[in-house]
Amino acid sequence: MIDAIVEAIRLAVTRIPDDVVSALREAYEREDNDVARFNLGNILRAIEIGRTESIPVCQDTGTLTFFVEAGVESPFLGEVKDWLVEATRKATTEIPLRPNAVDVLTGENSGDNTGKDVPVIHWELVPGDAIRIAVLPKGGGSENCSALAMLTPGEGWEGVKRFVVERIKACGGKPCPPVVLGIGVGGGADYSLLLAKKALLRRVGERNPDERIAEIEGELLEEINALGVGPMGMGGKTTALDVKIEVTHRHPASFPVGLIVQCWANRRAFVRIKPDGRVEVWQ
Amino acid sequence: MAVRLRTPLSTEDVLRLEVGDVVYLSGEIVTARDSAHRRILSLPKEELPFNPEGAVIYHCGPVVRKTGEGYEVVSAGPTTSARMNRYLDGVLDLGVRGIIGKGGMKAEPFRGRAIYFAFTGGAGSLAAKSVKRVRAVHWLDLGIPEALWVLEVEDFPLLVAIDAHGNSLYR
Repeated sequence: MIDAIVEAIRLAVTRIPDDVVSALREAYEREDNDVARFNLGNILRAIEIGRTESIPVCQDTGTLTFFVEAGVESPFLGEVKDWLVEATRKATTEIPLRPNAVDVLTGENSGDNTGKDVPVIHWELVPGDAIRIAVLPKGGGSENCSALAMLTPGEGWEGVKRFVVERIKACGGKPCPPVVLGIGVGGGADYSLLLAKKALLRRVGERNPDERIAEIEGELLEEINALGVGPMGMGGKTTALDVKIEVTHRHPASFPVGLIVQCWANRRAFVRIKPDGRVEVWQ
Repeated sequence: MAVRLRTPLSTEDVLRLEVGDVVYLSGEIVTARDSAHRRILSLPKEELPFNPEGAVIYHCGPVVRKTGEGYEVVSAGPTTSARMNRYLDGVLDLGVRGIIGKGGMKAEPFRGRAIYFAFTGGAGSLAAKSVKRVRAVHWLDLGIPEALWVLEVEDFPLLVAIDAHGNSLYR
């Protein structure tokens, strides 16, 4: 089981998902600016090297975050956390990953990507007897641009757009654009950010099933790409590859907007553990 | 313009470059992130484990693999340079003439004395191809990402993103 999770982590850090690669290729074809093409060309070459040599595409293999949909009838509920921690340790030396877990007070690096509540595990109990784990390795440069806005309800969706566009403009090249944005609206401060991060697991190009939300995703993507920030903040047509919005009901007085900024390396992989112990790994 | 340069960089090397130029850099570069910068600036110049005169600092925390006698760099793209803005004047005062990173920095401190080279963020597997070997590593007590890695690079393809004349490619 631990080996299957290590395999998923390896897949996530060494292979950029096909939907993301297609979006990057299209961005490369669209650009006529030499500097933007230098950066997008390097990105496409780095992806190819990661895939063929099975090495991490980006040296920032991130903080490992796992989203677990835990079937309440699975016989393995009590063991999953230990497996995830052990797999993180093993992946760090085997793949290898960069050790990124640091004590908040002393700054000391644990050396194996584990520590207090690290790797981060988000749990959701679901009906059934299977466990589905999503692996999301996320770098620090892009995470530093993430933000929360507590808008007034009067500012509404126009306020959401303004907040996101201004934030991306201010961040410039820092989060490694072209970025993918996860946005969570509603649910309180905490839940909006969690929804925003989980939204990054959706495929690039896949719209929210609610047409009204899908429309806002498209409008925001267009506005952000009109900024001209471009790949690595040095100008160009593509600043974002996609925008993912998830919504939930809100308190009538609140309008929370969680924004999670993801770099172009929108990495992910999945594991499913069946009740008989069989495991599937995919991307 | 595309030019080949070798470290240490001279003031003349630096002054003839302009934003948009591509530089193939060879020689020695040292990695430093937040903690290493703090330590560099806390020590007397003669106690530094590298000669800062004409040196190039790479904002990078590599993925490394331990080999028999040392380390091998697996993936080594640049980290966000803006975090190091607060140390920039300090390291340039020591004689550092080049910074490699991503995302850009304050342009003014570079004027007349140094260059900011950009490499593509996230393209760590590609950057590692330019690293021929790890010459030394210092300050491993800071952790692998924050340690000072002395790397030998060959034809590392970089873009001049902030030149010594006050120009910057960043929006």
